[in-house]
Amino acid sequence: MPGIQEIQKELSDDFSLLANWEEKYEYLIEMGMDMPAMKPENKVDENLVKGCQSSVWFDVNCQDGMMVFEADSDSLVVKGMVAILYKLFNHQPAKDVLEADLSLFEELGLWRHLSSQRSNGLTAMVAHLKAKAADCLAKGN
Amino acid sequence: MSKDILNAKADFPLLKQTINDHPLVYLDNAATTQKPQVVIDALVDYYTHLNANIHRGNHSLAVQATEAYEGARRKVAGYINAEHNHEVIFTRGTTESVNLLAYTFGEKFVHSGDEVIVSQLEHHSNYVPWQQMCLRRGAAFRVLPFDENGELDLALFEHMLNEKTRLIAVNQVSNSLGTVNPVGEIIRLAHAHGIPVLVDAAQSVQHLPHDVQSLDADFYVFSGHKMYGPMGIGVFFGKEKWLEALPPFLSGGEMIDMVTPEKVTFNVLPFKFEAGTPNVAGAIGLGVAVDYLQQFDQHELQKYEEDLLGYGLSLLAEIPDLIIYGDPTHRSGILPFNVNGIQHYDMGVLLDTMGIAVRTGQHCTQPIMDALHISGTVRASLALYNDRADLEKLAYGVKRAIKILKR
Repeated sequence: MPGIQEIQKELSDDFSLLANWEEKYEYLIEMGMDMPAMKPENKVDENLVKGCQSSVWFDVNCQDGMMVFEADSDSLVVKGMVAILYKLFNHQPAKDVLEADLSLFEELGLWRHLSSQRSNGLTAMVAHLKAKAADCLAKGN
Repeated sequence: MSKDILNAKADFPLLKQTINDHPLVYLDNAATTQKPQVVIDALVDYYTHLNANIHRGNHSLAVQATEAYEGARRKVAGYINAEHNHEVIFTRGTTESVNLLAYTFGEKFVHSGDEVIVSQLEHHSNYVPWQQMCLRRGAAFRVLPFDENGELDLALFEHMLNEKTRLIAVNQVSNSLGTVNPVGEIIRLAHAHGIPVLVDAAQSVQHLPHDVQSLDADFYVFSGHKMYGPMGIGVFFGKEKWLEALPPFLSGGEMIDMVTPEKVTFNVLPFKFEAGTPNVAGAIGLGVAVDYLQQFDQHELQKYEEDLLGYGLSLLAEIPDLIIYGDPTHRSGILPFNVNGIQHYDMGVLLDTMGIAVRTGQHCTQPIMDALHISGTVRASLALYNDRADLEKLAYGVKRAIKILKR
């Protein structure tokens, strides 16, 4: 399993190949569509991330110190952002998620584009996942 | 000879830029309009040559700044055909204007058991201040609903009026649906019962006839930044008899006459309602925006914007699965829509990638969205500098976005 930095680099390279914002968003939306479906019974209020413009659900579990999660959104663009976080953090050690430095990702441009205009949602999602990672570590497994 | 509307776009420097590698198509005018170069120049000129605090000073700059500020008041009063210049009070914007009235009118004239009527088509800024005032005063907050076309029912309105009704607050144009409300009729019916009416003209003063005397509005409020003027300046118009009767809203400097530890007497109109140092540059900028608007033949301008809206609606109506909200007899400036199966947020993001600026969401009108059972809409809104090509790009962009989002 490649590490978070490695996946960031890979995603960054993928996006840099795309010529314009339209193509980048098309690719982002495709990533969202390709993400494994979330079980409908997990789309409950306690899994909703607050502070997003659209509904975003994360069902995060901690298995042997690893983050394992399902996620979804009713917005395809947001779901694409969720898919990026899914690629980055799913099946990664909670410690790495908590310490993840997303600076490389910022170079990607899309991240900056998304976060400048829609920062609340993205920041809220990352904060949510880091909080879950901290819970996971606190449990001591 | 009035100014040619078709050349107006060239007056707005911001519109010349590219966004996400596309020439900007700005269709978020109901949120705020762009500013013509003359307004931008007026702000720069004020701070470069004229800045001084007004009314109190006797040095040359203070006198000139005061003259410019009061000149702006005269221009605004002329634009809305107020009977007196002192009926025009400068505020920060529509929201402050509504709050000014909700607090002062509420304190003086609204008591337990009284009623205030607003429409279901109101922006939160002409809804929440009344709701909160009613809670403070123990009054009933009554909401006139809209029908399936997005229109208000006058018969129902008349039925809601009674001896306990103290005030009506209604917009002339809905910021969400674009419905042009029959405020003239509403005022006539309310006045027959001796009830004053506040007209929220934030979405109409720049598009429709703007004559407070022929409308017989008791209060008429709007924002500068939605009519090509600067942000942070707005107008509260009230008939002289009402302004004399109302207590001051904010207290402090400028609004007083005599001050002793025991009591204070208040300054005359309009200063009674303009406590503290006002937004002098903003007011001057708004005056210039009014001058700019008045270069156009007002009938021609209205006709141009009406035709443009009709053209935009017809282009959107041709797109499969696209829903246009409301079907009012008169609509102004607003194209509210969704595409079946597509989130308004996603549509907005993809249009943005094509350089098209629209607004998505609830547009500060949750009661409207609840009544329509939707979480929000995409809203394109027009200004005098928009043209047919902008709307063709919008329609093309919506089709492109549908292709991307519906695979």
